[in-house]
Amino acid sequence: MQFKAMILDNAEVSPGYWRMRMTAPPEMLAARPGQFVMVRVNPSIDPLIRRPFGVFDVGTLQPAYTGAAPQPYLEILYRVVGKGTGMLSTLHDNDILDILGPLGTGFEKGPAGEEKLIVGGGVGLAPLYLLAKELVKDSPVRLFAGGRTRDDVLCITEFERLGVECYTATEDGSLGECGLVTKVLEQRLDATANKGQIFACGPHGMLKAVAGIGAQRNVPTQVSLEGYMACGMGACLGCVCQGAEHSAENPDYRCVCTEGPVFEAAELKWEGN
Amino acid sequence: MRPAMSVEIGSLKLRNPVMTASGTFGYGEEFSQYVDLEKIGAFVTKGLSLKPRAGNPTPRIVETPGGMLNAIGLQNVGIDAFIQKKVPFLRSVNTPAIANFFGYTPDEYAELAARLDAIPEVAALEVNISCPNVKQGGIVFGTDPGCAASVVAACRAATQKTLIVKLSPNVTDIVEMAQACEGAGADALSVINTLTGMAIDLERRRPVLANVTGGLSGPAIKPVALRMVWQVARAVKLPVIGIGGIMSATDALEFILAGATAVQVGTASFVNPGAAQEIAEGMEQWLAERGIADIRSLIGALEG
Repeated sequence: MQFKAMILDNAEVSPGYWRMRMTAPPEMLAARPGQFVMVRVNPSIDPLIRRPFGVFDVGTLQPAYTGAAPQPYLEILYRVVGKGTGMLSTLHDNDILDILGPLGTGFEKGPAGEEKLIVGGGVGLAPLYLLAKELVKDSPVRLFAGGRTRDDVLCITEFERLGVECYTATEDGSLGECGLVTKVLEQRLDATANKGQIFACGPHGMLKAVAGIGAQRNVPTQVSLEGYMACGMGACLGCVCQGAEHSAENPDYRCVCTEGPVFEAAELKWEGN
Repeated sequence: MRPAMSVEIGSLKLRNPVMTASGTFGYGEEFSQYVDLEKIGAFVTKGLSLKPRAGNPTPRIVETPGGMLNAIGLQNVGIDAFIQKKVPFLRSVNTPAIANFFGYTPDEYAELAARLDAIPEVAALEVNISCPNVKQGGIVFGTDPGCAASVVAACRAATQKTLIVKLSPNVTDIVEMAQACEGAGADALSVINTLTGMAIDLERRRPVLANVTGGLSGPAIKPVALRMVWQVARAVKLPVIGIGGIMSATDALEFILAGATAVQVGTASFVNPGAAQEIAEGMEQWLAERGIADIRSLIGALEG
């Protein structure tokens, strides 16, 4: 689906991290956790290519006054890293964006009642809020959020409001445990004898560590990858990642935009990457 | 009155001159949700090889000002999977599908041409002798007129279908290449493929692309493409298909004026999946507003 969205709110939630709410067609409410949208930052040719963003949240605003129609909305959480996200951060309420989505394959929820362990690093939390919102309907959910400093740990209050138990860890010790969030995850898995399912999104090093923990402890693990993509619909083949059996002799590339961005961790090659 | 928009490329009749470029439109199906395929002239499928090809390591794409570099490396499903999995979709749409293909030897090119010739759903063939991203992906054939002629002649002998040759801009003299292909039996020429380029990550002191170099496409290359289309169209009798940074109906019409009979839209489809359809509609509207009865009257009508 391609649509024009009007920005309702665009605010810096932590230094360098922004959260944008925009209008969306009602079909967007069916977006699955883990799916993403491709955003055209402006109508000119610079930047040229759309930018992919995980769907942070979707919902419906109920206007306070009588007679106004409910307004479905879409939210993204993004970090300013380059020209495209820099421009996005300068946009204001009522500015219009061109959006494609929802795209890609989302997370599989897994069995109801079983503990769900969500692991996010920095802006990797972006697709995990909608996931948490979905999972809390029928399962206990725990969030493990990590970053270099406290500035990288985002939107914890929102997760807590859903009823999610939140654990935080920072490499400089400025918030929560000092160290890597994967250590906190392992402590929880130790306490529950490796019960539950893991869902993760974040920097590659974190995902690799989480995939390793999942494999070692035989805990089903899904990861959401980032990919540098031009089209978002499987045509450009720019965003591929290596499948578990990939080798120079037997190449096995998976398209992040259409086969992912969510993969079973065991499907992918982690060693050497 | 609506202007006449149909054009002919060899024996191929197009309802309008706008096609999508190989490598930017998958096998057609990927975009069918966003484009009414029956509103465009034709679409060109991702380049096919005899065996499936995995392509290059990542990163494979990077944006540059006004364009993008890609080094996909001709990843494709191979001819067998194309026939099994992709052709059924081609049957379901009433728009010509042009199969782009490449080989490693003239014999491989000929074998692919023969196999594609036997597929009724394939309306025409586009020979890729110009991919810059793999050492033996055709560029060898695309930079030497003698090699290009031998590949085109081998394909010509293997197919009755309209045979289009996609030329590389990464040569000293594109006219020489165009004439060699004309002499060897090509029905039309696609001008141009991507320009070899490079991007550097200053902080890491490394090339951005795993392949080091890539093919530059997008609006940044339009002036070069226009010049080459103009040069080639004046030097050969074959229809020329203009490609390179076409983002709008205006861009497309400029290529027609420069001598192109049709155009291909590439990178624009990534930015706006409906680009090709919008460009075709925009061209028709431009002609209608000026009372121009037939798009063909604009082909090569550049003045001065």
